[in-house]
Amino acid sequence: MRDLTLAMRHRSDVLTTVFFFIIVVSLFPLGVGPEAQLLKEMAAGVVWVAALLASMLSLTRLFADDYHDGTLEQLLLVPQPLSLIVLGKVLAHWIISGLPLVLMSPLLGLQFGLEGDALIMLMLTLLLGTPVLSLVGSIGAALTLGLRGGGVLVSLLVLPLYIPVLIFGAGAVAANAAGMGAEGHLSLMGAILLLALVLAPWASAAALRISVE
Amino acid sequence: MFNLFKFASPASFYPLAGKLVTLFAIASVILLVIGLYMSFFVAPTDYKQGEGYRIMFIHVPAAWMSMFIYVVMACWAAAGMIWHTRLSSMMASALAPTGAMFTFLALWTGALWGKPMWGAWWVWDARLTSELILLFLYVGFMALESAIDDPRRAARASGLLALVGVINVPIIYYSVQWWNTLHQGSSIKVVKGGVETSMTEIMVWTLLIMTFACWFYTIAVALSRVRSIILERESDSSWVKEMLQGAKS
Amino acid sequence: MSEWLAMGGHGFYIWGSFGVSALFMIVEVILVMRRRRSLVQRLGRMIRMKAEVSE
Repeated sequence: MRDLTLAMRHRSDVLTTVFFFIIVVSLFPLGVGPEAQLLKEMAAGVVWVAALLASMLSLTRLFADDYHDGTLEQLLLVPQPLSLIVLGKVLAHWIISGLPLVLMSPLLGLQFGLEGDALIMLMLTLLLGTPVLSLVGSIGAALTLGLRGGGVLVSLLVLPLYIPVLIFGAGAVAANAAGMGAEGHLSLMGAILLLALVLAPWASAAALRISVE
Repeated sequence: MFNLFKFASPASFYPLAGKLVTLFAIASVILLVIGLYMSFFVAPTDYKQGEGYRIMFIHVPAAWMSMFIYVVMACWAAAGMIWHTRLSSMMASALAPTGAMFTFLALWTGALWGKPMWGAWWVWDARLTSELILLFLYVGFMALESAIDDPRRAARASGLLALVGVINVPIIYYSVQWWNTLHQGSSIKVVKGGVETSMTEIMVWTLLIMTFACWFYTIAVALSRVRSIILERESDSSWVKEMLQGAKS
Repeated sequence: MSEWLAMGGHGFYIWGSFGVSALFMIVEVILVMRRRRSLVQRLGRMIRMKAEVSE
């Protein structure tokens, strides 16, 4: 809870992430031209790639403030397991940087000519996928804590690990559009989310110990 | 077992590694010469692909090594995490550049093979795409390691990254494969599978010899590199000083 | 000989593959060896300097 209130204090961060997301998505039609059919086909992929990039933005902030003011060292000594504390931080990160993207996505989908079903599917995949981004990203953030050029490094480490989420997320929307049904994709995304929920906080905790010692 | 733990200490491993480097380097050169001779003079021309299929003799070993080295690297990293042995994490970081090199070579030779066979330098085939992602993973590993100044932290952090990576590799591979079948209609049908079924026995042998040559090459280079890493990290210890002074006088 | 080099029209691709592979492997070996040599020299110098200081 404390993490959330702290995070909410950086309200400008939320806005920056959301606007970054919107701008990146809006750049694509300018780059490839305004053909409606092409844009419709690209929509899911574009929104998803933009979501990946946007979630990278605030990752470096995930542990950095606590690291600099020394809170992190105290957190390592608390009797509660560190992975739970990490989970709390990741949740806070998702609420300020993932959830807004989920809520914004139908609007952007409309820009690309997606309709009804596809919009809901896009939201649903983002709802399942963005927590994975925050979870996996936290490992990268913990590993690069306090390093020079940490931001670029995080994206180098984390973006390849995001690929399955991207494939299933954008794939679900495409499969739905092709009338093939996206249950398979969605259940796989759910499985990835569960796996990330179990493993990522633990790995991040281990990474934090390495970085702070 | 006690033997293993004796050599787990850098001081006793260093001279052993020196001997092994020579051994594996010689074995690798011999196998390479035989393998190359067989690749170009013994193996028959493929009836479907002509001479072009000979690229396979370097492409397939490179691709195998690129994946194999990542797994071995992750095993060393895991060993380093569990037993806190210094040597394990050094081995992991010594393997990474060679692994990245083989990954690049697999992509490069794949492109040069793809052009005459499929008519394109690059297709978004599941195998090619996974190999590209593997290259990203190697690059991330090396970038993280070189960004951290403290060697102990660098070794442990990159080791953890290798473990996270190796858990992700199967997920990435299957997702890429799924993605590839989903978009099958737009991509070129890959005929690579045809080679394997029509491979003669001599081709299989050549492939195996080339693979072992690359494997021994990797061992020799990685061990030589680990010797440098040992010297760097242990430069203050007495055995390094004694050894270097002994070599000078 | 030149016919063999042409590899039935696939010469460029084959020699491109094997050539670059050989180049990379040779360069890697040279880099590893050079790193070792310069390291041994540097450490040796450091140790001798320390020995002179203590004398």
